[in-house]
Amino acid sequence: MKELLIGNAAIARGLYEAGCKVVSSYPGTPSTEITEFAAEYPEVYAEWAPNEKVACEVAIGASIAGARAFCAMKHVGLNVAADPLYTASYTGVSGGLVIGVADDPGMFSSQNEQDTRRHAIGAKLPVLEPSDSEECLRFTKLAFELSEEFDTPVILRITTRVAHSRNPVELNERVEVPNKPYEKNPQKFVMMPAMAKVRHEIVEERQKKLAAYGADCPFNRVEMADTKIGVITSGISYQYVKEALGERASVLKLGLTNPLPDSLILDFAAKVDKLYVVEELEDIIETRCRVLGLEVTGKEIFSLCGEYSHAAVRKAILGEEAESVAFPEAIPGRPPVLCPGCPHRGLYYALKQAKVYVSGDIGCYTLGALAPLASVDSCVCMGASISGLHGFNKAEGDANYNKAVAVISDSTFIHSGVTGLINIAYNKGISTVIVLDNSITGMTGHQQNPTTGLTLKGDPTAAVDLEALAHAVGIANVRVVDPNELEATAAVIKEELARPEPSLIISRRPCALLKTVKHAAPLSVDADKCRGCKACMKIGCPAISIRGGKAVVDHTLCVGCGVCTQLCRFDAFKTKEAR
Amino acid sequence: MKHNIIIVGVGGQGTLLASKLLGRVFMDLGLDVKVSEVHGMSQRGGSVITYVRAGEKVYSPIIAEGEADIIISFEQLESARWLSYLKKGGTLVSNTQQIDPMPVITGAAVYPEKVLERIAALGVNIVAADALALAAEAGNVKSVNVVLLGIAAKYMGLPEQVWQDAITATVPPKFLEANRKAFTLGYNYEA
Repeated sequence: MKELLIGNAAIARGLYEAGCKVVSSYPGTPSTEITEFAAEYPEVYAEWAPNEKVACEVAIGASIAGARAFCAMKHVGLNVAADPLYTASYTGVSGGLVIGVADDPGMFSSQNEQDTRRHAIGAKLPVLEPSDSEECLRFTKLAFELSEEFDTPVILRITTRVAHSRNPVELNERVEVPNKPYEKNPQKFVMMPAMAKVRHEIVEERQKKLAAYGADCPFNRVEMADTKIGVITSGISYQYVKEALGERASVLKLGLTNPLPDSLILDFAAKVDKLYVVEELEDIIETRCRVLGLEVTGKEIFSLCGEYSHAAVRKAILGEEAESVAFPEAIPGRPPVLCPGCPHRGLYYALKQAKVYVSGDIGCYTLGALAPLASVDSCVCMGASISGLHGFNKAEGDANYNKAVAVISDSTFIHSGVTGLINIAYNKGISTVIVLDNSITGMTGHQQNPTTGLTLKGDPTAAVDLEALAHAVGIANVRVVDPNELEATAAVIKEELARPEPSLIISRRPCALLKTVKHAAPLSVDADKCRGCKACMKIGCPAISIRGGKAVVDHTLCVGCGVCTQLCRFDAFKTKEAR
Repeated sequence: MKHNIIIVGVGGQGTLLASKLLGRVFMDLGLDVKVSEVHGMSQRGGSVITYVRAGEKVYSPIIAEGEADIIISFEQLESARWLSYLKKGGTLVSNTQQIDPMPVITGAAVYPEKVLERIAALGVNIVAADALALAAEAGNVKSVNVVLLGIAAKYMGLPEQVWQDAITATVPPKFLEANRKAFTLGYNYEA
């Protein structure tokens, strides 16, 4: 049977078919759906962990127990999970262990464009790179075999375009793989210096064996056609190369990109006149070619930045471009925005009025950096809002403690914000931290987390009590506000900033997109009352625009949250009843 | 025959269901299919583009400038933004709906005047429709996506039954009747 699956769903299917037993992940675009789809198979235990380090350690533990285990994350998540992973490379595995990492060339939904292959080189781990959904499924299954054969965790590296592209995939049945019986083996699994020294030697041997294996393996293949042009490529770039060049080029398609198969590369290079490397992001294959003494063209004509396309390959290698027409005027951009009814809107409005430095974090609420709210001053990585604020305030000095806050979501707070809060309490900080508790992990498309009281599979479970947690780590001042009540929210922020002690404000209102949230009827504008003062435009609600000098509400977008009514001095917004 | 179809709109308008349905139609016809979607941050009210390709063998999941046979656009400004992706002689199916992007809402930019007329003046084949009104007529304003797909279907030269079958397979039963009607209203639409 064939189904049209996105790459992430195909990986989940591969986990199912391979008999994978334990999946632990933290959501992050473009990797999130792998774990969501995996959770749909009752045979697979799947969970959301609080962060990628925990998730990776859960998978490592399951592998030591003898089961096939998997863990998914986005590229920056691997920085968080790097600590266990680099050493799991030394221990190797018992049950097959596969780490799915999704890179984001073009940064559709990310804060940087790092290349996971760099981590793989550092950790000395094999990397498999599928180029479409069919390979996502097949490589996932083979990854477990590779992991067990070479006694190593395997990185399955995808990119946004592979994760979120759909193509027909042949489905097969699950093959149950019983746990390997656990045997105590401290030489292999206890990484203290005496044991690790021995294991490091084994890792280096493994690298050599994997490089030799790459010369003749199911992941790498040569497709000979015209030999005037030869291209070495991997992942999605393979599809662009085939589309752009067809029979006009011979191709060495690499599915196993760490370690690289030197002999295969040298053989291929000898058969073609001019050698190109087409790889998104870093110049890893290209650099290896140069080490091997090959003359090669790569990043001179391809960018280190952004996503590629077949058009980019065609232009760079053949110098050909398609004809096109363009609209004869500059077109206003359409950046993503906070949704109508988003609870973050009211909070950001209050922060903007308070004129404070806002140490931001990762999530939907990073959008508060954009006009007209333009409230967020910094955003680096998950959890950095709180620790960064503490540093900011220590640098500013105690006299200036009341000019800055941190904003962080419930999910991100649990991921890595709580350690920053402990740091503030422990080191006598005076910072004001605001947790934007919208009862869900929003940006990635509504995943449960330890504060929501539900598991990945939807079962009721323990929920973190944020107020009690803050008290327990030593924060005495904990306040809860409804961000849609602008005046009350502004007053609490003012009070807590004025206090020369650390505070935690919980800005609590569920995400407006949650199915459980009941919306009020859309509002309308009384054109006779509206003076066109644009006070309501300061909150940047996509449902409100100005037409003919008056505010109008788009009824298809408005969810009746009522934040705009609090800004209008002329009482121009009408509820359904008033109409 | 190769099909290169682009679906553009504003995040939240239902472009994903349209591309899923289209992919399903091509797969049911026994063709190789690739659909490339946008998830994550760009879905939050941003400009979104989805590519649907079908043929004997499809490599790239995306469509480059000057390559689309058909662009199905859910919003006027998005028609203008992605126009350069249309091939010479291709068809633009555009909803007449206007949604102001944030730079227009804040006053930093102006929504261009007479977008669809000016695109037509460039010699582009354009089919404009008030898909929101047709969707309302079908009984569900959220079926704008299926209305537009219905209009575009006429330019793909595929039998109507394949479409109705794909709708039955893709749309939840609760919304089936409205969506089937939305498709027919689109399919029979005369510009």
